[in-house]
Amino acid sequence: MATLTEILSAATSGETPRGWRRAVVDAEGWSRVAAALGAGEGTLMGLWGEPAAVFMAVLDESESAVWILSLNCPEGSFPSVGRVHAPAQRLERTIRDLFGLQPVDAPDRRPWLDHGRWELAQPLAAAPQAPAAEMPPYAFLAAEGPNLHRIPVGPVHAGIIEPGHFRFTVNGEAVVRLEERLGYVHKGIEGLMTGAGLERAARLAARVSGDSTVAYSFAFARAVEAALGIEAPTRAVWLRALMAELERLANHFGDIGAIANDASFSLMLAHCSVLRERVLRVAETCFGHRLMMDRIQPGGVTHDLQADHQGVIRGLIDEARRRFPHLVELYEQTASLKDRTVGTGHLNPALARRFGAGGFVGRASGRGFDCRRSLAYAPYDELLFGAPIVHRGDVNARLWVRVVEVGQSLGLIDQILDGLPEGALTVDSNRLSAAAGEGLALVEGFRGDILVWVRLGEDGTVERCHLRDPSWFQWPLLEAVIDNNIIADFPLCNKSFNCSYSGHDL
Amino acid sequence: MRKLFFESLFRGPLTEPAPPADAGQLAELAERLKGAAQRRIGRSLSIRQVDAGSCNGCELEIHAMNNPFYDLERFGIRFVASPRHADVLLVTGPVTRNMKEALERTYAATPGPKWVVATGDCAADGGCFAGSYAVCGGVAAVLPVDLVIPGCPPTPEKMLAGLLALLETVA
Ligand code: SF4
Repeated sequence: MATLTEILSAATSGETPRGWRRAVVDAEGWSRVAAALGAGEGTLMGLWGEPAAVFMAVLDESESAVWILSLNCPEGSFPSVGRVHAPAQRLERTIRDLFGLQPVDAPDRRPWLDHGRWELAQPLAAAPQAPAAEMPPYAFLAAEGPNLHRIPVGPVHAGIIEPGHFRFTVNGEAVVRLEERLGYVHKGIEGLMTGAGLERAARLAARVSGDSTVAYSFAFARAVEAALGIEAPTRAVWLRALMAELERLANHFGDIGAIANDASFSLMLAHCSVLRERVLRVAETCFGHRLMMDRIQPGGVTHDLQADHQGVIRGLIDEARRRFPHLVELYEQTASLKDRTVGTGHLNPALARRFGAGGFVGRASGRGFDCRRSLAYAPYDELLFGAPIVHRGDVNARLWVRVVEVGQSLGLIDQILDGLPEGALTVDSNRLSAAAGEGLALVEGFRGDILVWVRLGEDGTVERCHLRDPSWFQWPLLEAVIDNNIIADFPLCNKSFNCSYSGHDL
Repeated sequence: MRKLFFESLFRGPLTEPAPPADAGQLAELAERLKGAAQRRIGRSLSIRQVDAGSCNGCELEIHAMNNPFYDLERFGIRFVASPRHADVLLVTGPVTRNMKEALERTYAATPGPKWVVATGDCAADGGCFAGSYAVCGGVAAVLPVDLVIPGCPPTPEKMLAGLLALLETVA
């Protein structure tokens, strides 16, 4: 059998854009790539639709290259990828819900994001339909055996978290099956993107998942810049990375505290939330917004770092370096806490690889992929940082990767402040004006790789934009890791993944 | 752990003085409630938060109200797990169509007297998601809203000022 690289190279059509490769394939080529993915070659990075075409993003590790393949679907159908490669299934169900394109021979025919409540059925298809009068109740997968019972949870949960439904089947305390049902926070972002001007589209991209707003804006800006064939000024690029690392720090502090809190160790939460708050206040001081929303725009950044703000950030770094090690020590020495995290929620490395799990979920199960390094983009190609890879795959490992990444981000911020070049913050606005093109960007958010693909029309508006959250490939794994754990450990496993609902539901 | 406790003893509290209750919102609430619900529930409020389609940015800042700097509980305001224990529903997001029923049911499960606070620009009127096939366009499209706290997301301080205004008016 031809290797993935051979199949892909044969499919190349036309010019190769910088940083990624593009090909239009026929149904046979599409199926061959699907088969290669199913056989464990390459990694599926995304699968999305348009009214009359489907797209697939594939990472070819041997070449460190991302391919975007498209298949025209004049008949309204395409060969199912999920049939041979499970990670594609929810993505295909979404394509069917939104565009009405049918994945032929797909193993799971149930809708995914469409709960039968929208104003339209197939809302993004060329000709949206009126919704069916009533959608049949969602058919959860069966679990049969003696002494099983089911626990439905959500969409409204007990804490301050996003909505989603979990259907547990348990035998006593042990979870036999968990099935997720998501889509509750579907806002139709990709529908709103279509036809939007750059400014509005950037605003929407920044609100796909609020905790990753910097990473999303960063990815959207880079995708647009790739489409226009321009580059943001170096100072802007460095400031983007500064904001991205501050965002990572804030989220990791929050997560570490929250994981400990889900094992009833609230002391850790209190201390970590102080560090998180410090980061947000520094962000407010330096960039004028606690979450740094809308600070990154196509073409550059909106806020400069004033000279006296360097000291503010250095002060934060010092404080974190002084206090955080005590918290790590506290975690390490609290046996009752580690008793809950060690060995809990084990994610098999083979599964992590197959699903292309990004971020701490992947890195805690032996998958080292990090866009900042694997598909290096500026300024990370000039910065030094390690790659924490752990193989244990449990809650403890996912927490530990975050701990290491905190140190890494502190080091990166140091380097960015030291090397911050002088210069403009944005490109001339006329360079941002109307030009058609297609662009792709991958950016490492705190949770993993965010993929943004955009096609701009002649008038400079967005013709189609797809934003893929890392959670797409992490949510299904959460179902796998909870298997055979006790149900009381679910919150702990869930927090250690901390998938985004909004980023997934779009 | 001992070291950490010891350090905390000498570090002094991080908790900051409360922001004044938002004057504008006080007036707005007084007008809206017309004293009807005054002093029915004593000096405390139990809040059930409902995410009705937010981007999760608002949730981050709601969480922040619980950190040692803002320490919401010192005012007698606390988050509860069940709507059956709640006086206030703190709702975020543009209310997606997929969440509409869950929000209505949560409201129905909350005993009266009850108040609905729409938090964030999305909850106010759908924000930048207004007009989508998948959203209702703000909490008021589904439930009677007593107070709107604008912002994207509102800062913890703004939220606190709004909640204090509510506390002052109804409790
Ligand atoms: S108001 Fe802003 S932060 Fe809050 S949910 Fe809406 S977009 Fe997110």
